[in-house]
Amino acid sequence: MAHAAASTMGQAPERGIEVYNQKVGMWVFLCSEVMFFTGLIGSYIVLRFGASDTWGAPNEVLAVPVTAVNTFILICSSVTMVKAFAAAQAGDQKGIKIFLCATAALGALFLSIQLYEYTHLIEHASWQGSHGFTPAAGLYGATFFTMTGFHGFHVFIGVVCLTWASIQAFKGRWGADNTHGIEVLGLYWHFVDLVWIILFTIVYLI
Amino acid sequence: MSAAADGVHDAPNYMLIWLYLFIMTVVELGVAFLPIHKSLIVMFLLVMAFWKALLVALYYMHMKWEPVRLRLLALAPLPAAAVLIVVMLMEYV
Repeated sequence: MAHAAASTMGQAPERGIEVYNQKVGMWVFLCSEVMFFTGLIGSYIVLRFGASDTWGAPNEVLAVPVTAVNTFILICSSVTMVKAFAAAQAGDQKGIKIFLCATAALGALFLSIQLYEYTHLIEHASWQGSHGFTPAAGLYGATFFTMTGFHGFHVFIGVVCLTWASIQAFKGRWGADNTHGIEVLGLYWHFVDLVWIILFTIVYLI
Repeated sequence: MSAAADGVHDAPNYMLIWLYLFIMTVVELGVAFLPIHKSLIVMFLLVMAFWKALLVALYYMHMKWEPVRLRLLALAPLPAAAVLIVVMLMEYV
């Protein structure tokens, strides 16, 4: 210890990245998530280009209107999340509770609609003459369920964390002097929304 | 250190950003199935998607007001992601 202290004496402290550790940690995690989803999207593009004759038009197989509503729900949840952070910064306890609960509820609604969509596709959709569009329905089915499923899993994790944060809000944990937890959770939630914006376009519209 | 780097800034109009995102999604849906050249539609939809993603990152994730070093950290995977996609696409060029 004495050696370490002596070796840094007289040196200016490093500036660092100018933000708190949890936020840096979340951004590093999100960077790894960017590569994860890029891998999935890249694979989807390659497989679709390589086997375009086995790919259906999205509006003929998928329930685009239902998913458009789901996209709108996720965009709304991003607003409530950022409003929860703004309420925390202002020390507005009522606002924190309302907006965190609303975000968790909208996330749960998104998942419920996605499950409804999956059920409808598996039980009622028709694909290449067979009844039901399942993960086993060729490359199209496999890539569709992998990409949307992994995104749904991320939403599920977010809803679990939001539920925990909402419970903590009712215990009075968050406030103007303690906003870090909500901000870091918000970064994750907005990233999940951002990924869905890209996935919705690539999988459902193109 | 700038005011932005200190985290001190006026709160953006979050509802206005929400309105932009909503309108852009409606426009995407309207354009996606128009009977025009597919490559034009694809280009337009990709531009819209990245524009929307940028709005979320800048205003909801507050990237617009973060210190430069954190912005660089957040942007770090994008060149690698772009290389991955381009190299994969070259398989078919």
